[in-house]
Amino acid sequence: MRLRFSRKTLGIPYAIFLLFFVIIPMLVIIFYAFTDKEMHISFDNFVRFFSDPTKLSTIVYSLVIALITTAVCLLIAYPVAYILARSKMKKKFVILLLFVTPMWINFVLRVNAIRELLNWVGLLGEANYFNTIFGMVYDFLPFMILPLYTTLLKIDESLYEASADLGGNGFTTFTRITLPLSMPGIASGITMVFLPSMTNYVVSDMLGNSKVTIIGKFIYEYFGTNWHMGSMVALILLIVVFLSTWLTGGFKEENTVRGANI
Amino acid sequence: MAEHIIELQDVTKYYDDNLVIDHVNLYVNKGEFITFLGPSGCGKTTTLRMIAGFDLPTSGKILLSGKDISTLPPNRRPVNTVFQRYALFPHLNVFENVAFGLKCKRVMNTYRNDEGKEYTKKERLSKKEIAEKVERALELVDLEGFEKRSISTLSGGQQQRVAIARAIVNEPEILLLDEPLGALDLKMRKEMQIELKEMHKRLGITFIYVTHDQEEALTMSDTIVVMADGIVQQIGTPTDIYNEPANTFVADFIGESNIFNGTVVGERKVRFCGKIFDCVDDFERNEPVDVVVRPEDVIMCAPEKGALKGTVISVVFKGIHYEITVQVGKYEVVVQSTEYRKEGDVIGLNIGPDEIHLMKPKYTKNVFDGVITKHNTVEFADGEFECDVTQLYPGSHIDEEEYLVTAAGEKLDLTGTEVRVEVGLTDVTISDDENAGGTVGNIISIIYKGDHYRLIVRTEGEDEEDFVFATDDLWNENDRVSVIIPKEKIRLSLKHAEDKKK
Amino acid sequence: MNKKAIAIKCAKAAFIGLVLLLLYAPILLLAVYSFLDTDVIGTSGDFSFVHYRALFTDSKVLTMIGNTFGLAFASAALSTVLGTLGALGIFYSKKRVKASMNAVSRIPIINAEIVTALALAITFVAFGLPKSYFTLLIGHMVICTPFVVLSVMPKLKQMDNSLYEAALDLGASPAKALFKVVLPQIIPGVISGFMLAITLSLDDYIVTFYTRPSGFETISTYVFSATTRGNAHTAATLSSFWALTTIIFVVILIVVISANLAGRRKDKTEVRR
Repeated sequence: MRLRFSRKTLGIPYAIFLLFFVIIPMLVIIFYAFTDKEMHISFDNFVRFFSDPTKLSTIVYSLVIALITTAVCLLIAYPVAYILARSKMKKKFVILLLFVTPMWINFVLRVNAIRELLNWVGLLGEANYFNTIFGMVYDFLPFMILPLYTTLLKIDESLYEASADLGGNGFTTFTRITLPLSMPGIASGITMVFLPSMTNYVVSDMLGNSKVTIIGKFIYEYFGTNWHMGSMVALILLIVVFLSTWLTGGFKEENTVRGANI
Repeated sequence: MAEHIIELQDVTKYYDDNLVIDHVNLYVNKGEFITFLGPSGCGKTTTLRMIAGFDLPTSGKILLSGKDISTLPPNRRPVNTVFQRYALFPHLNVFENVAFGLKCKRVMNTYRNDEGKEYTKKERLSKKEIAEKVERALELVDLEGFEKRSISTLSGGQQQRVAIARAIVNEPEILLLDEPLGALDLKMRKEMQIELKEMHKRLGITFIYVTHDQEEALTMSDTIVVMADGIVQQIGTPTDIYNEPANTFVADFIGESNIFNGTVVGERKVRFCGKIFDCVDDFERNEPVDVVVRPEDVIMCAPEKGALKGTVISVVFKGIHYEITVQVGKYEVVVQSTEYRKEGDVIGLNIGPDEIHLMKPKYTKNVFDGVITKHNTVEFADGEFECDVTQLYPGSHIDEEEYLVTAAGEKLDLTGTEVRVEVGLTDVTISDDENAGGTVGNIISIIYKGDHYRLIVRTEGEDEEDFVFATDDLWNENDRVSVIIPKEKIRLSLKHAEDKKK
Repeated sequence: MNKKAIAIKCAKAAFIGLVLLLLYAPILLLAVYSFLDTDVIGTSGDFSFVHYRALFTDSKVLTMIGNTFGLAFASAALSTVLGTLGALGIFYSKKRVKASMNAVSRIPIINAEIVTALALAITFVAFGLPKSYFTLLIGHMVICTPFVVLSVMPKLKQMDNSLYEAALDLGASPAKALFKVVLPQIIPGVISGFMLAITLSLDDYIVTFYTRPSGFETISTYVFSATTRGNAHTAATLSSFWALTTIIFVVILIVVISANLAGRRKDKTEVRR
C-alpha cells in the first residue's frame, strides 16, 4: 500500500524531534524540581532555596547586574537605533551591519578580547562588578539595537510629519509618538538582554574573576551536586521567561531577532 | 482683488539631483478651493509639502499673507494637512488623535492682576476646552460617539473623517489635502467630494487640494493648477481649463479630446482633416497649430450636410452617451453623442467655430547640443548617432583618413566640435530593440492626433533629453525604446563661429 | 542647510562613531598584538607571526578548531533539513497544529540557554543515554533548528500559494511540485537558515558544555577553561587566541563585505529591469 503524500506529513520528523528534545526535557525539569533524592514528591527544594540568605543576596546582586546592564544597553541602543532608522542615508544598512558584525565572532573569544582589554587598562580583578556589566553590555548590545531598529523603522515618516503639522515640537513628537510606538521594540530588547544577563555566566566568570555569581551559575553548581535543586532554579527561570514572553506578546509575533533577520 | 494667502515666488526644488519643481510661480486667494492637478510625479505633492513645511524649497520663496515662511518648521505654520494615507496615530484613539494638535497648542491669555494691570500668559488649553472643540470637530465630520474607538477598528472612510477632523480642529488658515480620497472606493469618493465641498463653504478657510483625478478637480475646485514635469501648465477656473486648454497636454489630460495638426490659412480660418473651418482664435497666416476639439462638440448630421464626411468604425456605449469613432479620410474623429449610429454608417460631421480651439504647438522640431566625435559621428541626448559632417562646411568632403577637407582644400579634425543638432518631428523612429538606435529612453507621453500619435521619449542618462516625434504605431507609456534617426535627417550647424579656426 | 542642522548631523555621526569605536576596540587591540612577539598586551614588541605559528602548530588547538567547525557543519546541515521540512509541515497544517508547533518551536529560542542545556543533560542521563557526539549533535540541533524554521517561514508566507496548485494543475505530482516549484521559492530562507545555524553552533558554549562527551573540546570550551582555570595553559596559549580571534574577525569581515557587494549588484540589476 502506498501512503498518500500530504504536505503536512513533512512536519512529522520535526514534531517528533520537538517532542523528545524540547517537551520531554521540560517535563523532566518540572519532575526533578518537585522531587527529592528518593524521587518522592517534595517542595523542599523550593523552600530550601529561598530560605538560604546567601543565595538570596546573590539573586539580588544578579538582578541588579541584569537591571543595570539592560538600562545601559537601552540608553546606548535607543539613540543608535533611532539615528539609523531615521537617517536618509542610502547605506545605513551597512552601518547597522557594523553593529552586528562582532556578534559573529565566537562568543567566548569575544569575551576573551574584552578580558584582555580590561587587563591592559588594569581593571581585571580590580572591579569585578564593573567588568561583568561592561562585558555584558558589550555582548548584548546588538540584541537591543536590532529590535529597536526594526520597530523604529516601521514607524511611518508621515506620522512624524503629522505630529509636526499639528504643532508638536521635537520633544512632544518624541514623547508622544516615537516612544509609545517603539514600545514593542523596547520590550523585546529588554527581554533579550535581561535574561542572558541573569543567566550567561561565561561573562561573569571570565571578567568577574570568578567573584561574581549570577543566577545561571547556580545551575552550573547544582549540576555537579544536586539535580533537583538545579531543576528548581531552571524551572523558576523558565517561568520568568514564559511570563515575560507572554506579557510582551512574543509568542504571537515573530519579533525574536537575534540576528535572524540580518 | 482678493488677498493672496499663499504665494510661491520662483520656487525650485531638487531631490538629490532630480529637478521636481521648476521655477514655479503661483498664488492662492484667501478662502478659495484650489486644486493642484497632474499625473503622478508632476510635482504637485512636493508643492503641497513645501507649503506645509515638510520639504524646503531649494530656491525661491513661499509667502504666507505676504510673510516669508520658506524655512519655518511645520509646527509653527498655521497650516494643517490631511495626509494621503491619513497618518493617524495608531496608538491613540479617535479622541486623542483629534486632540493632539490642541494639546500642543499654547494660547496667550490676558489677565488683570491685583493692581489692575494687564498681563498676558502663555497657557495650554484647558481639558474642557479641548473636549468641546474635539466634540465639535467630530460632529462636523459625522463621527459623534466615536471618541473611544481605536483607529484600527475604523473603516477607510471613517479614518478619512478622523484625519479631516484632526486637521480642522486646530482652526488652520489653510487646509492642505494630499489626495485624501485616493484610498476610497468610487461611491465613497463621490460622497466625500460633496462633503468636502460643503465643509469648505461652512468653514470659510482656504483649501489646497492635490489630486491626479481630473474629474475630482473639475467638480470641487474654484481654481485648478495643472502641473506636469514640475512646471505649471495652466491656472484657471474649471470652465477655463476645460474649454480653453492652454496646450495639448492640458487638453489631453483634462477630459477627452480630438487633437489634430492644423494650419492657419486665413483670418480666423484653419485647415485640418483636409477641410477649412471657421474659428475664433486668430493666429498668423500659414502657422502650424494644434487643433483641439472636444468629442461632445462634434455634431453628427446627414452625410451631405457635414463639413466632414466619414464612416463609423466603432461604437461604444458609455452609459450616458455613445462614443463613436468616425474615419474621415485618413483621420479618426471621436464623437460623443446620445444618438446612436451603426458601424459602417456614412455620416457627416460639423464643428462650430466656438468649439475649435487653436494652440501654438509646443514642439515644432527637436534641437539638441551635440559634440562631434573622432569617428565623425555626433554625440547628443545620451547617445551617439551617425551623421553627415560635411554639411557643416558647404562643398567639403571626408578623406580616407577621416579628416574633413573643406571646399578650399583645408584639412580639419572635427573631434570635439560643438554643434547644434536639429531633428524634424517626422524624422525619428523608435524600436524596442535597445541596440537598434543611437540612444535609449522611455516613452513619457502619448497623444493621439487623429491620424497619428505624437510621442515624447525621454532619454536615460545624464542629459535626459526629450525627443518629440510623430508615429503611426501604437506604443505604451513607459515603454523602453531606442531612438533611430537616419543619417541624412540629422541636421547639424556649427555652434560657435570661432570653432572654424581650430 | 543651516548651521544648526549641520551641527546636529555631526553630533549624530560622532555618537554612532563613538559606540562603534568602543565595540571594535577590544578586537582591534587583539588584532594589533597578534602580530607582535609579546605575550603581554601593553608591552612593546616586534612584528612577527609567532602567535600564528603557535596557533597552527599546537595539535590540541588544531583539533578543537576542527571539532568546532565539524560540529557546526554537521549540526547546521541536519538542522536545515529538519527545519525546512518542519516549516513546510507547519505551514500547511491546520490552525491548531500550526499554533502549537510554532509555540513549542519557539521554546528553545526564548529560553535561557542554561535551562535548555540542563534539561537536555538531565534527560539524557534519565533515559540512560551516555554523553556522546550524538547527544552533542542533538543539543546543537535543539538550538539551531527553530531558527531555521523561523527563517524559512516568512518565505513560505511570501510565496504565492497558487504556484503549488498551478504545478499540480499542470500535472506535477505533489512531491515534484514541492521540489520543483516550492523549494526554489523558499531557498533564500533555507540558505539564511543554514548560515544562521552555523553561526549559532560556532558561538555556543553552554549547551556544548552540558552535552559533550568527555575530552571533546570546541573553541568555546577550550578558551573558557584556559582563561578561567588556567590549568596547564601558559600565556603563550592565551596569546595564540589573539591570532585566532583576528583570523575569525577578518574572515567575517570578508564574508559581510562580499555578501553586501553581491546584494548591491542584485539591487542594480533589479533596478535596470
